[in-house]
Amino acid sequence: MDNVFLYSGLYLAFLMLLSLYRPLFGPTVVDRMIGVNAIGSKTTVLLILIGLIFHRVEMFVDIALAYAMLNFLAVLAASRYFQKRKGLYDEALFGKD
Amino acid sequence: MDIIVCLLLFAGLFFFTGGAVGILRFPDFYSRLHPAGKLDTLGLLLALIGLALFNLHHFSLGTLLTSLKIILIAVFVFLASPTATHAIVDAGVRAGLAPWTKGEKRR
Amino acid sequence: MWKRESHLLDKKEQKNLRTGDLGNSNKGRPAIENPQSRRLFFYPFFLTFIIMCGTWVVLSGKFDPFHLSLGLISCGIVAYLSCDLLFPSPKIRGLLGQWARFARYIPWLMCEIIKANLHVTYLVFHPRMMELIDPKIVKFRSKLESDLALVTFANSITLTPGTITVSVSIDGDFKVHAIDKASGDPLPGAMEANIAKAFGEV
Repeated sequence: MDNVFLYSGLYLAFLMLLSLYRPLFGPTVVDRMIGVNAIGSKTTVLLILIGLIFHRVEMFVDIALAYAMLNFLAVLAASRYFQKRKGLYDEALFGKD
Repeated sequence: MDIIVCLLLFAGLFFFTGGAVGILRFPDFYSRLHPAGKLDTLGLLLALIGLALFNLHHFSLGTLLTSLKIILIAVFVFLASPTATHAIVDAGVRAGLAPWTKGEKRR
Repeated sequence: MWKRESHLLDKKEQKNLRTGDLGNSNKGRPAIENPQSRRLFFYPFFLTFIIMCGTWVVLSGKFDPFHLSLGLISCGIVAYLSCDLLFPSPKIRGLLGQWARFARYIPWLMCEIIKANLHVTYLVFHPRMMELIDPKIVKFRSKLESDLALVTFANSITLTPGTITVSVSIDGDFKVHAIDKASGDPLPGAMEANIAKAFGEV
């Protein structure tokens, strides 16, 4: 069972690398936020998997809970902040060339 | 027991894969939210239920509390994820991003 | 505390407020003074307190008297300060029945979510995905009345993939972004009927 968790964790890390494309190259700020949110929800599962691998779930589960809340708050705060910004669409157009 | 846990975990990983690929493939920001916000939510729910079941292998008060906490994370994400998605959509709408329609170039 | 409540009450009670049933509602907390309203304050407080205690026990995981008494004290303070947030209208009668009806709504929602998730996963992995999707914004007006039902409806729409709520107004005007024709057309449809049943607004 430990091996299953180990390879699931590695696969999750690979998926996080795939999602990292959006925060790095996403044409608008909102795209970057989507990428960060997706990576955060994968990290929550990855933390519990790490806890199961090291046989310390009771410690890692608290970290995972805090991380889920922090991820939610980060997305809320970032979207409130960037909503005052006009012209995200122009940025998407300029980013092309 | 192990088979159920593995099935749930792999179903979760499958939906996570759908989410990650969907973020890369879909043409614009509004349609990217569909896989990102929700395939991830269902994947997280399934994977966490599987892990909570696995954690109950050696049944005692401590493992029961830990499993309850894992379920609590799933419930919290289930409540919070639509709100986060809605906040992102709201930011996009107020910034004046027009939705992609059929036949346009992808952004 | 009463001031914060007043815009959360449903429309019928707001009308009562405006016509002057509770004329002095802005001075402190006058609702607590007669015994009827004291009972109305006590039940939400007690329910909030029990929920808080359950959360405390699950999160702390310690059962010695010191930690339990700390939990009781802090749960009491938090429940006193914020019981009007969890139960905005002080009507307690029929709350249990409403929760039971709401609990029957959740399995149906889960079934819908899984079906729709499989649909979106099919779209994601389809090689000719760009021809299949046809995003557009659907506008409709919902018949639901209370704020809680509207919020539940909006969250359920967002949770079922293929549709995202873009905006909701307090009168029930919905703007929904649907990813293709199959997921956008059945709105509001069965989901609204189920939510109306769950909140007793048939």
